[in-house]
Amino acid sequence: MSGVRGWLTTVDHKRIGILYGISGLVFLLVGGVEAILMRLQLARPAAGFVAAETFNQLFTMHGTTMIFLAVMPLNAAFFNYLVPLMIGARDVAFPRLNALSYWIFLAGALLLNASWVVGAAPDTSWVGYANLTSRQFSPGLNTDFWLLGLQILGVSSLVAAVNFVVTILNLRAPGMTYMRLPVFVWMTLITQFLILLAFPPITVGLIFLMFDRFFGTGFYNPAAGGNTLLWQHLFWLFGHPEVYILILPAMGIVSEILPTFARKPLFGYPVVVYSGVLIGFFGFGVWSHHMFTTGLGPLPDSAFALITMLIAIPTGVKIFNWLATLWGGRIRLQMPLWFALGFIAMFVMGGLSGIMHASPPVDMQQQDSYFVVAHLHYVLIGGALFGIFAGLAYWWPKATGRMLDERLGRGSFWLILAGFNVTFFPMHFLGLLGMPRRIYTYPAEVGWEFWNLVSTVGVFILSAGILVFLWSAAASLRRGAEAPADPWNGRTLEWFVPSPPPDYNFAEIPPVRHRDELWAMKLEGRAPGAAQPAREIHLPAPSVYPLVVAAGILVAASGALSHPALVGAGMLVVVVGVYRWAFEYRR
Amino acid sequence: MTYAPLKDSAHVRAAAHAFGAGTRPAQPPSGDVGRGAEPPSETTTGLDNRKMAMWVFIGSECMFFGSLLATYLVYRGRSVAGPTPGEILNIPLTSVSTFVLLMSSLLMVLALSAVQRGDALGTRLWLFGTPFFGLIFLGFQAYEFTDFVHNGLTLQVSLFGASFFALTGFHGAHVTVGVIWLLTLWVLALRDRLPPADAPVVEVAGLYWHFVDIVWIVIFSLVYLIQ
Repeated sequence: MSGVRGWLTTVDHKRIGILYGISGLVFLLVGGVEAILMRLQLARPAAGFVAAETFNQLFTMHGTTMIFLAVMPLNAAFFNYLVPLMIGARDVAFPRLNALSYWIFLAGALLLNASWVVGAAPDTSWVGYANLTSRQFSPGLNTDFWLLGLQILGVSSLVAAVNFVVTILNLRAPGMTYMRLPVFVWMTLITQFLILLAFPPITVGLIFLMFDRFFGTGFYNPAAGGNTLLWQHLFWLFGHPEVYILILPAMGIVSEILPTFARKPLFGYPVVVYSGVLIGFFGFGVWSHHMFTTGLGPLPDSAFALITMLIAIPTGVKIFNWLATLWGGRIRLQMPLWFALGFIAMFVMGGLSGIMHASPPVDMQQQDSYFVVAHLHYVLIGGALFGIFAGLAYWWPKATGRMLDERLGRGSFWLILAGFNVTFFPMHFLGLLGMPRRIYTYPAEVGWEFWNLVSTVGVFILSAGILVFLWSAAASLRRGAEAPADPWNGRTLEWFVPSPPPDYNFAEIPPVRHRDELWAMKLEGRAPGAAQPAREIHLPAPSVYPLVVAAGILVAASGALSHPALVGAGMLVVVVGVYRWAFEYRR
Repeated sequence: MTYAPLKDSAHVRAAAHAFGAGTRPAQPPSGDVGRGAEPPSETTTGLDNRKMAMWVFIGSECMFFGSLLATYLVYRGRSVAGPTPGEILNIPLTSVSTFVLLMSSLLMVLALSAVQRGDALGTRLWLFGTPFFGLIFLGFQAYEFTDFVHNGLTLQVSLFGASFFALTGFHGAHVTVGVIWLLTLWVLALRDRLPPADAPVVEVAGLYWHFVDIVWIVIFSLVYLIQ
């Protein structure tokens, strides 16, 4: 089914992946505009470009948008598009649930950004510390938009996580053992487990916040005996694994790109996989390193410092494995590899400042300073976003059937790399000079003007690089050379099907005998299987109910902000939608 | 066996076997609950997709209830007003409702067994009995909540009230979802639309139901018995 209706009712994992990708890129631009506005305000001391209240809204929405509406959906785009292709499946385990995840994500994203329209954008920062978020200190709708939006986005992630765990464990092609799974699929699997275990604590934290704000409970109210640190524990019990939820997929992408462009297998595949598992495991034991300054005491501080430093080991192991993969390879320096190399270099810098934060005495100096802002952008842009751009460059031909322009691609890479470092490296200095984060302006005499100005210049270079990348992507759809099935001499199953792949992915499910199956096939001269399906293939039929259920959730949530009747109406739509869904194929 | 009509002309049209040659059952969204006419054929692990999904979901739910319960425990004794647990919790009464809920798990086992054996009468009986016992439990909870509110324990009055109602309320909401789910299956059984091939559908509901019961055992022990 084509046209708008086809996209609204699609259950095809490739189309859903594309929807996630487009949405993620749009919100990347939205979050980028918010960042530019903040940088313009901070370019000069005592500037009046935006008001303090607006600035609060900008940094809150920038953080929330980049994490939940840009990087997570862009990662989801790769999960959706690639996982079934890489494991040799025709779709995910629950195609309609997959569509539901996307539409719920979109509902949450629209709700969050609707706050701009009514002039009540969230303004308590992306960590929303209690009791700043209480009715007393945040009386407006701002925080309500934030907590409802995040709650909805959490549901979307959880639904998707269940789906992908089952898909990866249960839908593998014959012979696709765990130790033959592409590393990207492994990192996806670990990420889904992190989502499953990390999102419930923030769900509960947000429920308490909702109760405090809507029903007058005292969970975060010290006057009632409540402890505001409860929020911090619940939030960071989610928030730190979330860091790995953002970065592990990028690590998987890079682990796919490096061997292809070094033309040798990934060095130490099992160790890379186990390191990912360890990172995910330790990720649950480090949340209080965000809370060293709250006075938990020397024993918890030491324990959390130790585990935090331990995480550096599997992370370092991965980096050395990547370097060893390149070592002695016959390297083809093409656009995906440039971004992957940029990832390694920039992520190492972010990782090093991360190790500094692991030490409580050091962290207490750096807490809430621009040094932390520098660190987190080195891991989230230098890490996650470079990984995402590497993946976009690598799989763009597969998804669109068009090659990207190599020259424009390299240009965008160097602009992004330069702009990123000019923007964020000075923030290390600013932090050490004592500039706190989340301030809307600063006086002239404190000596922060120069580096702030440099940083603002940098953000325009960075933006130019991202725009060049997106422009080259858009241009390739019109004028790009047609992409063959396997433009990079790939190793994994997705390169075995045409670009773009047919609806059914594989005419015949290929039996897998090797970790780098496609390389093995080419070396052994094995036939890649029939090009046409030997028999007719059953594909999941499109369904409108995922969209209906998500719409019901959006109506119910907007009712919580306006009129209770809307909550009832929305819930009714959800219930009817779920029933129609359950009986869609049942006679 | 019936297939969903394929409305999408771009999709390859269907004959008999294999949506994913050897990876899954022969029907459209094979994994979706309600789509149970096939045995759990040939998944990689051999475990039915729907059952695995429920197990994974239950893992996530453990963190959900764990967070609620941890909050209750951390806030124990920190309330500055209102009745204390010792003054208000009625252990004998709640023991009865706990017993009823545990027995509903037994009925759930009987229901699944009846569906698997194709025992129509047993299916109808036990598939009604299970949610009925669930409803009795919910009735006890409604009485308990009303009683507590009359005795001055509300959401707003104290941390004990807030964390108690949040914890037991969300458990009650889970029981409610389970009751609706099981009654839906019961209506299907009444219409002879729950053949043995649909046993996995009932089994998934059963997994959920047993999990919700186990959560209650933990809540009952930690909130009521060990004060």
